[in-house]
Amino acid sequence: MRAVETPSLTAAPGPSAAPRVAPARPPVLHRFANPGRFLRATGRLLPWLGGAAILVLAIGLPWALFLSPPDWQQGETVRLLYIHVPMAWLAMGGYAGLALLSVASLVWRHPLADLAARELSPVGALACFLCLVTGSLWGKPMWGTWWVWDARLTSVLVLFFLWLGHAALVRAFDAPERGARAGAILALLGALNLPVVKFSVDWWNTLHQPASVARLGAPGLHVGMLYPLLVCALGFTLAFAALVLARTRAAVMERRIRALQLAAARRLDRPEVSPGSAAA
Amino acid sequence: MTRKRRRLYLLLLCGLGLGSATALTLTAFQDNLVFFRSPSDIAREAPPPGRAFRLGGLVEAGSVTREQAPDGRPSARFRVTDGPTTLTVTYTGVLPDLFREGQGVVALGRLGPDGVFRASEVLARHDETYMPPEVADALRRSGHWNPSQGAAPPAGNWNTMAPTASRSGS
Repeated sequence: MRAVETPSLTAAPGPSAAPRVAPARPPVLHRFANPGRFLRATGRLLPWLGGAAILVLAIGLPWALFLSPPDWQQGETVRLLYIHVPMAWLAMGGYAGLALLSVASLVWRHPLADLAARELSPVGALACFLCLVTGSLWGKPMWGTWWVWDARLTSVLVLFFLWLGHAALVRAFDAPERGARAGAILALLGALNLPVVKFSVDWWNTLHQPASVARLGAPGLHVGMLYPLLVCALGFTLAFAALVLARTRAAVMERRIRALQLAAARRLDRPEVSPGSAAA
Repeated sequence: MTRKRRRLYLLLLCGLGLGSATALTLTAFQDNLVFFRSPSDIAREAPPPGRAFRLGGLVEAGSVTREQAPDGRPSARFRVTDGPTTLTVTYTGVLPDLFREGQGVVALGRLGPDGVFRASEVLARHDETYMPPEVADALRRSGHWNPSQGAAPPAGNWNTMAPTASRSGS
């Protein structure tokens, strides 16, 4: 119904699609709504992104897990930090990205935002799950418990359910655009949880300690631990981005194949129907 | 264009409304969303007798005595402080590895009629400072930090602290 506003992602490439995807003044955001241009640009970017992720992690992980110093009171257990903290940052930063994609989807009806959001949420759920699991493994030897219902742990659990809920909701509808819209609304409602996760350790007293790095003032880590942490965080972020990008590319191609198959089936069925009436 | 603008404003309005509603709710819950209460909180407003709650604070330096309970389990008696007020705690069971004098702890239990907190669970709470053993040793030797007195000095000062320590010779 609103296909006139944005070029349809399902439009088959070819000379017949060209006149339909030419708005009077194409906004910057819509440059990549053209699936062919998106696939070409990201096809060149993806190997570099993946290679950079492998390279940075190949430096960061051995540095963090073997060469960095132990903590004076936690000993070697502190090495969980180098997985736990990047996963927590990715679970939260990824969710902020999901909220931005949802705004792009609801306001500008950007078709690529829907697909990217759909492919982002399982990866974000994985990061949040790893954050919870490593945190639990860390909590048992240090705090003396696997889990407590303090504000930080509970709000991160809510974040995990929001990730899972988004992944499930966008796939629960027969019509993909209805699922995308429901998911976008859920993602924006869930974004209210992000400041709660971040500031839970400052607003309320919790078992979880306050932030060591993302805070006003100098980090609370010795530089021998801070630098490998930052390198690991960069490497995991690159890997996260490469994973989401690869999934989004696969989804674009999948949708294109389905559109082509649909068009071919229609041509075989009723050759007199014009391709312009094809629904998304 | 106008339709997109309208959708954007609608979204911003919804976000503003929901955001302020959440902020108000969280502010209202500010006092109830506590994981533990400090000794001062309890001195100001004692919880009803027999009710279980969590007590949080630092283990006071020199207050820990470890014994053995009649059934052979380890037991400990220590004082938890938040500065102005302290509370005596007894606990039978294995304490977490991080438990020591000067460490933050959160204990779940009940306040007895004698004013002693009987804990059924003690959790250690560590602060946001991480440092290698050598740095901790150096801070201790230079007299800048006694772990049993509380948290370490901020990491940003570690490098600039050492010279002043050797000069003062304390």
